[in-house]
Amino acid sequence: MEIQFILNKKQVTAEVGADTVLLGLLRDLGCKSVKCGCETTNCGLCTVWIDGKSRLSCSVLAAAVDGHEVTTMEGVKEEAEEFGAFLAAEGAEQCGFCSPGFIMNVLAMFRELEDPDIEEIKEYLAGNLCRCTGYMGQLRAIKKYMEKRKSPVIKVREVRG
Amino acid sequence: MNRNQTEVNIENLRVVNQSVPKVDSQALVTGKAVYTNDLAPSDCLIVKIVRSPYAHALIKEINTARAEAVPGIECVLTYKDCPDKRFTMAGQTFPEPSPYDRLILDQRMRFVGDAAAIVAGTDEEAVKKAMKLIKIKYEVLEPVLDFRKAKDNPILVHPEDNWKSLCPVGADNKRNLCAHDECGDGDIEAVLASCDYVVDRVYHTKANQQAMMETFRTYTYLDAYGRLNVVSSTQVPFHIRRILANALDIPKSKVRVVKPRIGGGFGAKQTSVSEVYPALVTWKTGKPAKIIFTREESLTASSPRHEMEMHVRLGADKEGHIKGIDLYTLSNTGAFGEHGPTTVGLSGHKSIPLYGKTEAFRFVYDVVYTNVMSAGAYRGYGATQGIFAVESAVNELAQILGMDPTVLREKNLVREGQVMPAYYGEKTVSCALDRCLARAKEMIGWDEKYPCRDMGNGKVRGVGVAMAMQGSGISGVDTGSVAIKVNDDGFYSLMIGATDMGTGCDTILSQMAAECLDCEMEDIIVSGVDTDSSPYDCGSYASSTTYVTGMAVVRTCEKLREKICQRGAQYLGCPAEDVEFDGVNVTNLKTGESISRKEIGNRVMCFNNEALSASEAFSSPTSPPPFMAGIAEVEIDKETGTVEMIDYAAVVDCGTVVNPALARVQTEGGIAQGIGMALYEDIVYNSKGRNYSNSFMQYKIPSRLDVGDIRVEFESSYEPTGPFGAKSIGEIVINTPSPAISNAIQNAVGVIIRELPMTAEKVYWGMQEKEHAAESREAAV
Repeated sequence: MEIQFILNKKQVTAEVGADTVLLGLLRDLGCKSVKCGCETTNCGLCTVWIDGKSRLSCSVLAAAVDGHEVTTMEGVKEEAEEFGAFLAAEGAEQCGFCSPGFIMNVLAMFRELEDPDIEEIKEYLAGNLCRCTGYMGQLRAIKKYMEKRKSPVIKVREVRG
Repeated sequence: MNRNQTEVNIENLRVVNQSVPKVDSQALVTGKAVYTNDLAPSDCLIVKIVRSPYAHALIKEINTARAEAVPGIECVLTYKDCPDKRFTMAGQTFPEPSPYDRLILDQRMRFVGDAAAIVAGTDEEAVKKAMKLIKIKYEVLEPVLDFRKAKDNPILVHPEDNWKSLCPVGADNKRNLCAHDECGDGDIEAVLASCDYVVDRVYHTKANQQAMMETFRTYTYLDAYGRLNVVSSTQVPFHIRRILANALDIPKSKVRVVKPRIGGGFGAKQTSVSEVYPALVTWKTGKPAKIIFTREESLTASSPRHEMEMHVRLGADKEGHIKGIDLYTLSNTGAFGEHGPTTVGLSGHKSIPLYGKTEAFRFVYDVVYTNVMSAGAYRGYGATQGIFAVESAVNELAQILGMDPTVLREKNLVREGQVMPAYYGEKTVSCALDRCLARAKEMIGWDEKYPCRDMGNGKVRGVGVAMAMQGSGISGVDTGSVAIKVNDDGFYSLMIGATDMGTGCDTILSQMAAECLDCEMEDIIVSGVDTDSSPYDCGSYASSTTYVTGMAVVRTCEKLREKICQRGAQYLGCPAEDVEFDGVNVTNLKTGESISRKEIGNRVMCFNNEALSASEAFSSPTSPPPFMAGIAEVEIDKETGTVEMIDYAAVVDCGTVVNPALARVQTEGGIAQGIGMALYEDIVYNSKGRNYSNSFMQYKIPSRLDVGDIRVEFESSYEPTGPFGAKSIGEIVINTPSPAISNAIQNAVGVIIRELPMTAEKVYWGMQEKEHAAESREAAV
């Protein structure tokens, strides 16, 4: 069947099967940032946004995004780079394979929660597994990024949605 | 200046010992297409494996006709299509200690998940359909599933005559033995007999999955020269070249291996888990092919940690002087012997030497074949298992003596300058273990918290301690070579064969080069490994890269500096003795005249008869151990036995810390993996050998809610044989959590758990048993 949706702010049309999974479709459309880590919705690596909310693209049928808006890391490159610099400063991207899904969920968290505390952050990101870092460096990066956003000297990025 | 003849002053380092971001970080955090599957051509044949449903069986008949008829199917390969020449998938230096016991496809199935047939086709649907249409008749055989009964069992896992062992490791396939050895120092029986206390206990560690986020994957194609090109997520590209040449029975010159970015390895990718399948398809069909292991395959047909059972006898006098350690390790290598003969050695050689005052030790081991998935290399490589056993025994001794376990360790721990008989007689040239333990105690507030605190809400918090060591590369074996060339405008190409698997070796080796060459990180380019163009390196394992390849960088830079001086002097028209290179300019000290590196780089590209480059190798006769102390604080629910991680304080002596941010993250990550091993992770088989732990729903790795707080500091010694005084960091960091958490549980609720993982159930039953014992004592009174 043919579906139409907005991918990273561009209208796309795609021919998909009834059992085509969004994860595979997005990779076929060139969004290689979207990774598969488990196939059972446990790892968070395939996180993308559908209509601005984090979703696991391994468990969404491609047909279901017909008429919706999908955002992958390719569509938020600038923001990803900005937060990513904090992650890299801690050395906490390590192998980097879980970074896109993790960063997508971090950016979604900042859209949804205002000034989350440590427990809220951990809870929000609990579904994003990482085998390299032990999570501490990721948390340090988030804290420092939040401090920077709060700092009046530096221009605070508009939080949308 | 030879940087290793004089001790480097750490304070003066410009690039080394700094938290430089990884050179590939920007690509990684923006999700660039840099991993194997991102790079694979879209016309690759999809390769999948039909796997055995039986733990032990012989293929009697295999009918592929209907499968081959499925539209889109390129080929279906069976054992009849593979060379009948055995090889090992272990990525080790030749001659490999691991036995040659594999075929790409075999008639005998040795575990549930063993490869029975390979299917390749143009799309996944066709391949999946064809897989169902292959008809295999199996003769089902009785499996050997209990590793305690494997040795000399009449059922043989490898009865075949062309099985062979290349090294004298005590292997005998007719006894299900993958390796056996005995060693010792002093008269252990006499020493133990003279001790006031002997702790005599058996500990059991389970197989664990590395569970790197990127599963095993490889794609292959033939190039313009008819050579097999292999792009693979591997830690050991040069070993893969040999393994594939062996497996396909083709010359090594026919194989090229390229390593792009890797999504984690932790030792899993020190075994050639996925490469042979697409390689065989491409070699047979001439077409590009790729295999992507599903998570299920990665959890059921891969290379997990060796399950080990360790019998420890540890003797001490009344004052708590540990006088003798006797260790017997039984290791389960599963269906194949990858890393079987070598991992087991570390269970003794990297646990016993932690105690510096022992008068005698004995270490005996057997490694056995069974009909479960083959084990492999996993961070810690046997040391993790042995340290759980020995450190737990020391904690049990402390309890018997009524002594604080940190005080017991302070009395006995190995110190700088001591000879370690159980560590091949090596001397600890650099060792800050005493400082590590002292600092970890301060960090956690040991004296206030030991042994436990009742929180008053049905929960009790306990603290527990453990120490660890590892090596820095395999002494006398591991070889790293490095090449650096000067390009136009004077930028450098750093060429390494060491494999960055996310750990950051491309970065830290560049840091070392930038330090040695007095230049900026931006002046150096580095790239992934290509066996056609990278200098030889055994690969990234055995905690070798920083120490071994790092020294090769230092040596190469020294040589290159000499050559730059010579060339500069030649262009300036003066003797080389008169010039100095400060990283930017070569200056004639007599005249003040100078020529820039940029100009030299450009000039060597015109009318030049000698390339301006250098290449050196390094291999070490010793393997200086890093040391570490870890202290866990856990909270136990007295109703349910649930163990919650509260805090983990770890202090590491890895010599000079080359990149503090990366070393810290290595340590935190290793501890989190160790927490998983200690509390959650278990590979569970049913009575027929079927693996139940086949997804992340069953095999639970810790999430960020499970690890508590992990705090890391460094207490550095200076290792004179290492680059800038550095030792290794990669593996040691996984070794302390299991014994430290066990000790924390012991100190909190008095339950001693000797089999991992330490689940709520085990703690609960342990508490129940204690209560019943107390009740029956009361009843008796």
